[in-house]
Amino acid sequence: MDLNYSPADSAFRADIRAWLDANLPHALRAKVLDHKRLNRDDYASWHKLLGTRGWSVIAWPKEFGGPGWNATQRHIWDEECARIGAPGVLPFGVSMVAPVIMKYGSDAQKAHYLPRILDGTDWWCQGYSEPGSGSDLASLRTRAERQGDHYIVNGQKTWTTLGQHADMMFCLVRTDSGAKKQEGISFLLIDMKTPGVTVRPIITLDEDHEVNEVFLEDVKVPVQNLVGEENRGWTYAKYLLGHERTGIARVGQSKRELVFLKRLATDQQKNGRPLIQDPLFAAKIAALEIEMMALEVTVQRVVASEGDGRGPGPEASMLKIKGTEVQQGLTELMVEAIGPQAAAFDPAYLEGEREHSLAGNDDAAPLAAYYFNFRKTSIYGGSNEIQKNIIAQMILGL
Amino acid sequence: MDFNFTDEQQQFRDALRRYLDNEYAFDARQKIVASKEGVDAKHWAAFAELGLTALPAPEAQGGFDGGPVDMLVVMQELGRALVVEPYWATAVGIEALRLAGDEKNNGLLERAASGEITLAVAFHEPRARYDLFMVETTAQQQGAGFTLSGTKSLVQHGAQADYWIVPARLDGEIALFVVAREAANANVTEYRTIDGQRAATLVFNATPAVRLGGTNTGAATLERIADYATFLLCAEAVGALDALNHATVEYTKERKQFGTPIARFQALQHRMVEMLIHAEQARSITYLAAAGLASDDADARRRAVSAAKVRVGQAARFVGQQAIQLHGGMGVTNEVAAAHWFKRLSIIETTLGDVDHHLARFASLPGFADTDA
Repeated sequence: MDLNYSPADSAFRADIRAWLDANLPHALRAKVLDHKRLNRDDYASWHKLLGTRGWSVIAWPKEFGGPGWNATQRHIWDEECARIGAPGVLPFGVSMVAPVIMKYGSDAQKAHYLPRILDGTDWWCQGYSEPGSGSDLASLRTRAERQGDHYIVNGQKTWTTLGQHADMMFCLVRTDSGAKKQEGISFLLIDMKTPGVTVRPIITLDEDHEVNEVFLEDVKVPVQNLVGEENRGWTYAKYLLGHERTGIARVGQSKRELVFLKRLATDQQKNGRPLIQDPLFAAKIAALEIEMMALEVTVQRVVASEGDGRGPGPEASMLKIKGTEVQQGLTELMVEAIGPQAAAFDPAYLEGEREHSLAGNDDAAPLAAYYFNFRKTSIYGGSNEIQKNIIAQMILGL
Repeated sequence: MDFNFTDEQQQFRDALRRYLDNEYAFDARQKIVASKEGVDAKHWAAFAELGLTALPAPEAQGGFDGGPVDMLVVMQELGRALVVEPYWATAVGIEALRLAGDEKNNGLLERAASGEITLAVAFHEPRARYDLFMVETTAQQQGAGFTLSGTKSLVQHGAQADYWIVPARLDGEIALFVVAREAANANVTEYRTIDGQRAATLVFNATPAVRLGGTNTGAATLERIADYATFLLCAEAVGALDALNHATVEYTKERKQFGTPIARFQALQHRMVEMLIHAEQARSITYLAAAGLASDDADARRRAVSAAKVRVGQAARFVGQQAIQLHGGMGVTNEVAAAHWFKRLSIIETTLGDVDHHLARFASLPGFADTDA
């Protein structure tokens, strides 16, 4: 057993760090570190820059333009991006639809879509959840009827993250309503500019516009936009969901936020001394830091097992649960740290329309919204309860 | 990074596990616990034969020079099998002698490595709670030797040890001494502990003692020995957590209510998943402690060991309590092994610093409040 990175891995880390230092725009970095809201251009410009080196698609095989990094190198990349405060690469194109296209798509689909995902030409969104189908995804009701060279799609998708910017949507639709619920589903690629596609915002509890409803009314989708075979979509959907990566725990981001939390707790005063010297609050930070230290090793254990030629498997569910608990724990303590200042709310400051927050403390201004926003993490990507079902079944054999 | 055990470590583990599976089943263990001696010389001899006592000792004294990861492998197995022989106490004593680093101690080291003698470090005094440095026992020079006066309590396997390593104040400073169990004026009161082990109160009244040889025999060394001992407990706990989780899952698959195994109930499944995650986090942090112990940086060692004791303590409590809950009425009987893992885990939790103690220690270390990434 050796918990140290190899000299080669450390050299790789140094290279990555130097490149990020030199190439991440200062203003973008500041937005991330200050917990401000990112706009379309923030994501798109960063993606485009990474795309020039194939670093927008770090998990892709080399033949499709990926850098050919192993699991440890990908882990180091994630850590360094989080450490410096780089925006995340959105997963919908890169790590959701692309693996499905690679495995099940036609040659024409591969040739057309994959390069455009790599360089960011197409912004993708996910058409999975429906108003009546959350954790029970297979109960989806959006239907597609074959008419000549097209499918006619009718239905509604929801929780479509950043769908307001999307060019393309990968969409699960029912093509055989007579079959068992998993067996009549197909996987379609829909151009968001097609007539009949309407995107309506859902405003979340932090008053942000991150998710949407997507209405599909007589939307004509060419049959060549069907991935794989008709009525086999559930297999592809499961493949997509199973394509989770160890980055799901987001330890790098949590490490950065822990430092931020400690800075907050140093700046805030309680009983005439820094809050971080208050034994009660220090113990809360310490407990969370220890959980994170353990999680980091747990992630490394899973990464190392991937390196041995196995995929992350159901252990990824453990990382998702614990990772989101740590992320949420950090946002909770941030709000506790700023105490009464949590109340102030200044969306214009969060959007970058105002340089300083009206309430006077720029560090504190985004934190309550950030806390409320992060409640999503234990719900999305398969709720933590679903992850527990997976572990119970796949690891405990229950 | 590499999380695999070496071939040698795996062979060591397999041989030990085979022995314990065959010779140290739960019923056999309970007989030892109930016996007058509380330990079984036959098993002790077998452990020595397997190389357990030699493992932590230096090669020059007949040992294998085993490091923290080697010891982790052994302690996990002992935790799985709920072993009650004085291995932890002796291994910690060997570490004290090794750290002291003087040839004067080599005779004891050799004898401990061969399994001929057992050792115990007297960490605790009646009023000290978890403060290692609250040492009121005093040492006085008497000719070439010393005498000790004072009381050491909760000395694990104190009555089974041939030699005690005893912290005492010499001219106000903490120093370490070696006392033979047979020494004059040493009063030993032995008792059972609730987790099936044995402990003793040692009262010294001008008891003859030898100063531990070497230069590393002060407070800093005492703390280092305690960190090593704490790490071993964490590793033992990880083994116990695994075994307890396994037993719980198996029990819920067999136990039927409302016409179905209770393992089918989602509320129980999710509880067991949480128990599993606790055990995995405890394992991860114990790996980190193994790496921390090998570090020359004392604060890095303190940080890793305290983190481990906190996280393992949390896991011990959650998994222990929930395992009993899931075993239902059977869980609160003394017949099921689950109850005994729970008891052992609970006492590990309160040995050498509980969760609150180590949280405070962790938060008091230099660097805790650092805000540079």
